[in-house]
Amino acid sequence: MTEFPQSTARADALGELLPPLTQNEAVVEAARCLMCYDAPCTHACPTHIDIPKFIKKISTNNLRGSARAILEANLLGATCARVCPVQELCEGACVLGAEHKPIAIGRLQRHAMDFAYGKGIDLFQPGKATGKKVAVIGAGPAGLSCAGELAKRGHSLTLFEKRDLGGGLSTYGIIGLREPVEVAMAEVKMIERLGVKVETGKEFGANLSLTDLNADFAAVFLGVGLGATPALGIPGEDHIIDGLEYIEQSKVDADNLVVGDNVVVVGAGNTAIDCATIAKRLGASRVTMVYRRTEHEMTAYPHEYDFIKREGVNFSFLTQPIRVHSENGTVKSLECVRMSLGATDASGRPSPQPVAGSEFFLAADQIVKAIGQQKPSLAAQLKLKTEKGFIQVSANFETSLPGIYAGGDCIRARGAASTVMAVEDGKLAARAIHERLVAHG
Amino acid sequence: MKGWWRMADLSINFAGIRSPNPFWLASAPPSNSGMQVHRAFEAGWGGAVWKTIGAPVLNVSNRYGAWHYGGQKMLAINNVELISDRPLETNLREIADVKRAWLDRAVIVSAMVESKPEVWHDIIRRIQDTGADGIELNYGCPHGMSERGMGSAVGQVPEYCEQITRWVMEVAKIPVIVKLTPNISDIVMPARAAVAAGANAVSLINTLNSIIGVDLDTFEITPNIGGKGGHGGYAGPAVKPIALNMLAALGRDSVVGGSKMPISGMGGISTWRDAAEFLLLGAGSLQVCTAVMHYGFRIVEDLCDGLSNWMDEKGFAKISDVVGGSLNRVSDFNNFDLSFRAVARIDQQKCIRCNLCYVACNDTAHQCIDLIARDGSVVQPQSYDIQANGREEAVNSRPSVHVREADCVGCRLCFNVCPVEDCIQMIEEPSGRPPVTWGQLSESQREVTEDWEKMKKYREKMGIEIH
Repeated sequence: MTEFPQSTARADALGELLPPLTQNEAVVEAARCLMCYDAPCTHACPTHIDIPKFIKKISTNNLRGSARAILEANLLGATCARVCPVQELCEGACVLGAEHKPIAIGRLQRHAMDFAYGKGIDLFQPGKATGKKVAVIGAGPAGLSCAGELAKRGHSLTLFEKRDLGGGLSTYGIIGLREPVEVAMAEVKMIERLGVKVETGKEFGANLSLTDLNADFAAVFLGVGLGATPALGIPGEDHIIDGLEYIEQSKVDADNLVVGDNVVVVGAGNTAIDCATIAKRLGASRVTMVYRRTEHEMTAYPHEYDFIKREGVNFSFLTQPIRVHSENGTVKSLECVRMSLGATDASGRPSPQPVAGSEFFLAADQIVKAIGQQKPSLAAQLKLKTEKGFIQVSANFETSLPGIYAGGDCIRARGAASTVMAVEDGKLAARAIHERLVAHG
Repeated sequence: MKGWWRMADLSINFAGIRSPNPFWLASAPPSNSGMQVHRAFEAGWGGAVWKTIGAPVLNVSNRYGAWHYGGQKMLAINNVELISDRPLETNLREIADVKRAWLDRAVIVSAMVESKPEVWHDIIRRIQDTGADGIELNYGCPHGMSERGMGSAVGQVPEYCEQITRWVMEVAKIPVIVKLTPNISDIVMPARAAVAAGANAVSLINTLNSIIGVDLDTFEITPNIGGKGGHGGYAGPAVKPIALNMLAALGRDSVVGGSKMPISGMGGISTWRDAAEFLLLGAGSLQVCTAVMHYGFRIVEDLCDGLSNWMDEKGFAKISDVVGGSLNRVSDFNNFDLSFRAVARIDQQKCIRCNLCYVACNDTAHQCIDLIARDGSVVQPQSYDIQANGREEAVNSRPSVHVREADCVGCRLCFNVCPVEDCIQMIEEPSGRPPVTWGQLSESQREVTEDWEKMKKYREKMGIEIH
């Protein structure tokens, strides 16, 4: 396993953006919380953390109790404290938001989580052994949450992960600015201390098959996430860098990440913003985000868009790449065409149409694409029923194959994919799996 | 509002002691030295009651404990500091210096000595020699001095108060204020003693006996003096309601109030709003300590400015127009109208849906607030689908809170817990019953007040329904 943390000038440039709250800051902020009853922040949180409860505990300096209140609802509370789009969730629903400033719920949660991890406090023990074995595929947020919840209930868990490190996108796909690798690693270790056996380098379909699993395990949970960035389908595409790989290297090997001077990022989602942030912070003199629709249709959260504008990144909206120009293997420019918005398409957004004769060149020495992820290939492999290409599951998170459950980004046919939704899927699937195992004696 | 340009006159003449505004530093650490009082006067304080001088003492550390709550520092302070530990001569010299430099300000000297007539005579004469404007007799200090038969040991026994005050009045040529301790079951008694002894004024309240807290790591008392701690004098914003009640009790007493003896009010005055309340309940001058210890002498600026603006707005030309203005509103339960009815009403436009009124009413009061969903149905808390989440969902599906006015007893708990200004109002609703007080009922239908069956019939007759 790669050793962390690494501390270099480049890694530091992508270090966690927000400093931790001091004890006093946390207590003062916690005291501001009104302690709403049946609080809207709790309702808005996909994992329904009892937020007034954990905040009150911070205000009384019961940090251990606070951490437990968080983790009872969300085992990946440390990751979620950092990566959750709180403006869209808890903080967005805070009753103080309308006329004042909402409570800094995310940062308070981080305060309680930092306390627990900093002190090495384990708040849960493995449950009394049931002798039931469950396999979880994918050590991302959904898989970790599901495995941890089942281990708390005494089941014997094996977590298979194809990568070297657990944590999924928390480890590889979210820039260090928002979540350092160590935070995700600490959560993986906490899940391991609950008795979950983590086997890395195990890829479903390559060196792991359903037949193997069916022989050994009473139930299987798939938390496999999504695939690679899809192709743009334009000439010269082999010169374009995959945004997810760009982010990954910035986290695990920032010193050797090649960053251009004039970087074009194709896409306008949260991952594209992360790529642009990396390029800007690691020395690019100009970064341009290219998107075929306008800022009104972009999928990045409004607060992320605000952030990247302040980072000094340029935007070229209504722009579609059509060709990469390179000389001797070196990128020179991205040829694009202007778009105009037409009728509403299947995604509910106006469909962009090329404007004839509007081709132009964007000078670039590095092009990164972050235009979403491919649908999970596992669905076809296992002949699972799908919905819009995502794995279809029942209300109990069970796939079309009995005993095979799924959660996280791979089932997210509706709504925005997010870490916290994945954690909740894992938690609810674990409840269903537990009930199945108990019912089947 | 009469002419906004007219500035109220804040000056006072308190028992013959004049000061340009009613705000005096209370006898306490802020008035410990000439240098401090000079600076306080530069900041605008109308007067200062010099930190008590008298018997020799030695102090300890730590001296001050504080009570913090909800992120707010120092809602109250307590102390085991004694009277001035600086030599008597030094204090007297500095008092004379300050008075010479500040002719328009009130310099009052607090004194506390052994309970012997000759000792009191001596200290009073020496204070008068400084040119000070008045003397305050410290019968209130609850720690250290009381164990030596001084301070609250005097204040708690009206006869001692009266005796010592008489000794003082035998030689006093300047106004004498008797400072009362609140550590007594009836504040009126020592005040009557002061009247009987011929004192010129009283002041209240001194500090309350208190233990501020226990250290949860060491199990020691806070503040900790070499591993020990004990009761100390409690003061600050938290004691204000106690002070207001005692102030009003004096004003309403036929002997004390009837004597028209001026009262200097203190106990938790932090803002001009507190000051105005003390004035309305009969204080003729105002003393401040804890708020100064928290924020420094500068606070006098807003004390004066805010009070002056409020007086202008309300049409008060001078302080004496305000003094005692609310005393006629203070009464007893026996005189309250049992037919008066108020119900809570929630302004749905202002409501932020924190549901604090709901839980307070539902758990601890009279269960008359409902959660109403968008479709008008009454819903229970936490009744949303666990798979529902997100800002829009949480905000848009949140029920609103409504008072069932027919069931509201008008307890006012919801009004008190509501974090939004003017969101919940207590609305006067005619009960339809003729006014009657408990006192009147006890006289006219005594049996109703003594027998539950008769009470039941009375309620039925009057249409008083208890939910």
